[in-house]
Amino acid sequence: MAKGIFVFAEVKDGNIKKVAYELLTAGRKAADQTGEELAGVLFGKGVASLAGSLGEYGADKVYVADDDKLAQYTTDAYSKVLADLIKEKDPSTVLFGCTVQGRDLAAKVAQKVGAGLLSDCTGMELEGGNIVFTRPVYSGKAIMKAAIPEVSPVMATIRPNVLPAEAAARSAAVENVAVNVDADDLRQVIKDVIMQISSRPELTEANIIVSGGRGMKGSEGFKVIEDLADAIGGAVGASRAAVDSGWIEQRFQVGQTGKVVSPTLYVACGISGAIQHLAGMSSSKCIVAINKDEEANIFKLADYGIVGDLFQVVPVLAEEIKKIMK
Amino acid sequence: MSRKPGNRMNIAVLLKQTFDTEAKIELDGGKINKKGVGLIINPYDEYAVEEALKLKEKEGGEVIIVSAAADTPDSMRQALAMGADKGISVEDAALADADEYSLAVALGKAVSTIPYDLVLAGWQGGSAQVAVRVAEELGIPHVNVVTKLEIAGGKATATRDIEGGSEVVEVPVPAVITAQKGLNEPRYPSMKGIMQAKKKPIQKLSLGDLGLSADQVAARVKVQSYSLPAAKAAGKMVPGEPAEAAAALAKMLREEAKVI
Repeated sequence: MAKGIFVFAEVKDGNIKKVAYELLTAGRKAADQTGEELAGVLFGKGVASLAGSLGEYGADKVYVADDDKLAQYTTDAYSKVLADLIKEKDPSTVLFGCTVQGRDLAAKVAQKVGAGLLSDCTGMELEGGNIVFTRPVYSGKAIMKAAIPEVSPVMATIRPNVLPAEAAARSAAVENVAVNVDADDLRQVIKDVIMQISSRPELTEANIIVSGGRGMKGSEGFKVIEDLADAIGGAVGASRAAVDSGWIEQRFQVGQTGKVVSPTLYVACGISGAIQHLAGMSSSKCIVAINKDEEANIFKLADYGIVGDLFQVVPVLAEEIKKIMK
Repeated sequence: MSRKPGNRMNIAVLLKQTFDTEAKIELDGGKINKKGVGLIINPYDEYAVEEALKLKEKEGGEVIIVSAAADTPDSMRQALAMGADKGISVEDAALADADEYSLAVALGKAVSTIPYDLVLAGWQGGSAQVAVRVAEELGIPHVNVVTKLEIAGGKATATRDIEGGSEVVEVPVPAVITAQKGLNEPRYPSMKGIMQAKKKPIQKLSLGDLGLSADQVAARVKVQSYSLPAAKAAGKMVPGEPAEAAAALAKMLREEAKVI
């Protein structure tokens, strides 16, 4: 019988992404109840030294594949090594962060091993011997609970920031994983990587996000959003209206045709609150809305609201927050 | 079967139908009530259809819309009205509870019944799985979340979104390419296109026609329940002049919400 919970620990810029610790924390709870082993899975080049930190968040074991062929993420190489590992170790469960990489890898591996996969989950609980996953569907207008009871491994991608990460120190045993990737397996060739340089946190992982919408009136308007974001160490986001007006790049868009985020604090400035925007941010823990229109839909979702001109409110908010955080 | 790429391109586009974004969701006996809900092409699939049409206009060839569901999606006609040539609809009652695994098996089989040089799809239509799984079924590479695509010399060069930037990936064709917003601006069907679409062929195939049994497409995922999100308690409106309200809000975020 399939046994063991795997957590794929995504590495970015030489660091393990925070969502991996969140998954380990959830995985630890499940493993303690089922009596299974919790294993971190770590792929890359020069990543072996990161294995210890997975133990700090509860991993009993860390499978490490440290190889030149894994220096850069490609679906082809990573999915081959991970599918081989799954076939060999026969785990009951494999968890991924719901990130661009996690989603891509999980879908590919799932089909390779004939597994079911629940995407974009916001929770997991052990019920009657199965892990039951919660996921928002139809732009967050309904919540689905589902399990994969008959076919192993059970696979899921879980949104960053929705589950807590709690240290549970133990020293994890490291096991090196064979990397059997030959030229025929590698069809994807990375020709170029273009990274945007930003001192702000990545949108999908940020704890605080300040977003602007149609009320920004133009690209210059986003200056006040950036100033507030920098005052509280947050990321900048935008609604589709602002992106489609050409005021800010697509990569900042939060919503159905943009990114899904779950920060601790989401500040929506000049955003009306269309369904398509709510789909991307309604799982935020604390929502602040600043809008001139007191009838704006966003106020229905907001924990705190100010009806007023954002160009007057937001700069003062930034100054006040700077004072408080000093 | 995939064929040697020539100048003319046969492009399969995977299509999924979804609820209108603005649709109100109601439950009926623990299931989503689908009655009276407006259905649209999954928004990302429109980018895939548009890209296929642009490639066809440049290279010549055929655009074939492929779907798998319990019934023929009405929105397949919309894709045909945009300019696609024909449709293949895998429809079978056994797909009513299909999951991404089931759909990928069915779609993979359907695509392999036609000569194809490229498969396009929206990068996500709920779960962001099916197109990647279809690539695995077909044994061809994929590039996911693509904002720019060029096909030349038997290769696809695709720019894809990654966190914090983008990367350029080259794969041999045939390949599966999934479309991200920004790839193009989907056209609206013209009146002429809508009229022509009515006469375009849609080939209907059952699982049996594809040599598949219901067991081979048995869903792994079992839905246990649907619920509606709990209504949120009314938030706190912070009164006062802008400066006053902003200062009060900053204090509340610190002391009450404890989020800064």
